[in-house]
Amino acid sequence: MNALRRNVLKSAAGAGAVAVAVAAGLLKPTQAMAAWDKDAFEARNVGDAMKGLGISGPADSKDITIKAPDIAENGAVVPVEVTSGIAGTSSIAIIAEKNGTPLVGNFNLSGGTQGFISTRIKMGQTSLVRAVVKAGGKSYTAAKEVKVTIGGCGG
Amino acid sequence: MAEPMRIRATMAGDVADVKVLMNHPMETGLRKDAKTGQLVPAHFIQEVTATVNGATVLAADLGTGVSKNPYLGFKVKGPKKGDKVVVNWADNKGDKNTAEAIIG
Repeated sequence: MNALRRNVLKSAAGAGAVAVAVAAGLLKPTQAMAAWDKDAFEARNVGDAMKGLGISGPADSKDITIKAPDIAENGAVVPVEVTSGIAGTSSIAIIAEKNGTPLVGNFNLSGGTQGFISTRIKMGQTSLVRAVVKAGGKSYTAAKEVKVTIGGCGG
Repeated sequence: MAEPMRIRATMAGDVADVKVLMNHPMETGLRKDAKTGQLVPAHFIQEVTATVNGATVLAADLGTGVSKNPYLGFKVKGPKKGDKVVVNWADNKGDKNTAEAIIG
C-alpha cells in the first residue's frame, strides 16, 4: 500500500519535470524528432552556413555542374540542378549566397544515389548559387550566378 | 493538414530517376499577410528521406529557401523495375507525410 503510493508520487513528479523542461524550451518537439542542423540553416552568411555543415575551405571543382537559369524572372521559383562528377560524392549542399539565410538545403546521398539533385529554390536577389559537395572526407565547390528580376522572399 | 504528394520513379538504363512533388506552403516566417499585416509564422519542410526497398538513399535537410510546393529529383543506381521507393517528409510544426511508388 505504502510502496504503491511512493511509486505514484514518483511518476507524477517525473512527468512534471518533463513538462517543465518542455515549457522552458529545453526539449523542443523538433529536437526530439531529428537532428535538423539549426546552426547551419539559421546562419546569416555563407561562412557560418558552411561552418554549420562542418565544411571549411572547399576546393573549387570543375566536376560540379550547376544548371540554373542565367536570368530568373521569378525569384520565388528558381530551378536548380546540381550534378557532381566527383567519385564518392556523399552530400550536396545548395547555397544562395545573398539570401537572408543562405543555406537552402543539404542532401545526404547513400546507397547508390548518384551525385545529382534537382530542386527549386527561392532567391531574394541576384546572387551566386553555390553547390558544396562532400566526397571522401574532402569538400569541393562551384558556383553560378543567377540574375533575379523579382525577389522571392516576401518582396 | 498534410495534402498528398506526388511521386514518380522510372528506370533509365541502370539508374532509377525519382521525382517528388510535395504539397507545402514553405513559409519563411518573414512574409506578411496582405490583409492583416501580421507576419505569417514560419512553416516549412525540414527533413526529407527516401528509401528504396527499405534502404535509405537520400536524407535531406531543407531550409526556408526551398520554393513553395517543393520539387525534388534524384537518381539512384542499382534498383530494378518493381522495387519500391518511399519518401517521407517532416516539417517544423511536426506535420509529416509519406508517399510511395513502384519503379516502372
